[in-house]
Amino acid sequence: MHEMSLAEGVLQLIEDAARDQGFNSVRTVWLEIGQMSSVEPEAMRFCFDAVTRDSIAEGAILEIIDTPGTGWCMACALTVPMQARYDPCPRCGSYQVQATGGTEMRVKELEVD
Amino acid sequence: MCTTCGCGSGETRVEGEAHDHDHAHAFKPLLGQGQLHYGLAHRQAPGMSQGRMVRIEQDILAKNNSYAAANRRCFADRGIFALNLVSSPGSGKTTLLVRTILALKGGLPLAVIEGDQQTSQDAERIRTTGAQAVQINTGRGCHLDAHMVGHAMEKLELPDAGVLMIENVGNLVCPAAFDLGEAHKVAILSVTEGEDKPIKYPDMFAAASLMLLNKCDLLPYLDFDVDQAIAYARCINPRLEVIRTSATSGEGMDDWLAWIMRGAATARGQGATGRG
Repeated sequence: MHEMSLAEGVLQLIEDAARDQGFNSVRTVWLEIGQMSSVEPEAMRFCFDAVTRDSIAEGAILEIIDTPGTGWCMACALTVPMQARYDPCPRCGSYQVQATGGTEMRVKELEVD
Repeated sequence: MCTTCGCGSGETRVEGEAHDHDHAHAFKPLLGQGQLHYGLAHRQAPGMSQGRMVRIEQDILAKNNSYAAANRRCFADRGIFALNLVSSPGSGKTTLLVRTILALKGGLPLAVIEGDQQTSQDAERIRTTGAQAVQINTGRGCHLDAHMVGHAMEKLELPDAGVLMIENVGNLVCPAAFDLGEAHKVAILSVTEGEDKPIKYPDMFAAASLMLLNKCDLLPYLDFDVDQAIAYARCINPRLEVIRTSATSGEGMDDWLAWIMRGAATARGQGATGRG
């Protein structure tokens, strides 16, 4: 259940931003979660609600932007789409594919008051 | 919970550490007991008008990563080769570690940070070898993070120009995401587990540089396909190195020790350059 720690990380970033930019409440939080990151979006929603209770982000809407996975196929020397880490290259079938995109988990933007 | 820094909300404890530390904290904690610390008034969102947009564009793990970077700087300055050992519970990590320590004894300075949910049994096992060990209990936590490791480092006499082994909580999922500042993650997969573990738990094998295929002495009694296990692991991580080991028979120990010595020599060289 590392999503709990990750949700705490999200809240820390929000609270840091609140201090730096002087806002008092948060309406919406946009997260960018890569398809191959180690975050399960539903677990993140559950933990976000739990962690933000009694905080500046209590009741905020969590919007999760799903970013597609990409990898570098060493055989094709090309960037190819990837759904999961164990996917072969869709062009040549090789498993010599290193994930290059869709592994991120970022707080992108906030709507605040 | 440590209200100085918010470290390990709940039950995380570093062995021998009371929660009264006075070291400098890189950031001010904001949450304690469900309360905000920094005194901003909590106010209702006014009406339905559009709120102000604030761009953040930061990794969710930014805090952990900043602690990891501090740990890594410390290792680099002191020429320490740090390894993060990750596996399921019961893969034989601690037994392998004890054997490794005994083999390295006298050759390299070494210290161990042990992570478990509860008990300090593993640290005690390590200390019977004569090596320094400190236990972190994560309480309800499922992984070590860089901040806990930073605290544990304060409890150790760090092995300058040597090796720091960090034995993570037995869990093939969560520790994958948390950089501790280590040079490498080493995944230990025992042959009493399924050969398909690498594709069932891909994040960990993707994050590791080396896989130790452990308990190989038991292969004659098992239906475990070594080649298939390695093939699965390399589907996930084409660059993964693999060593077959057994803490019982000693198989593969020479290769594993040589791998450590090479890494330690590199770290020592960089430390010397940094100091020079």
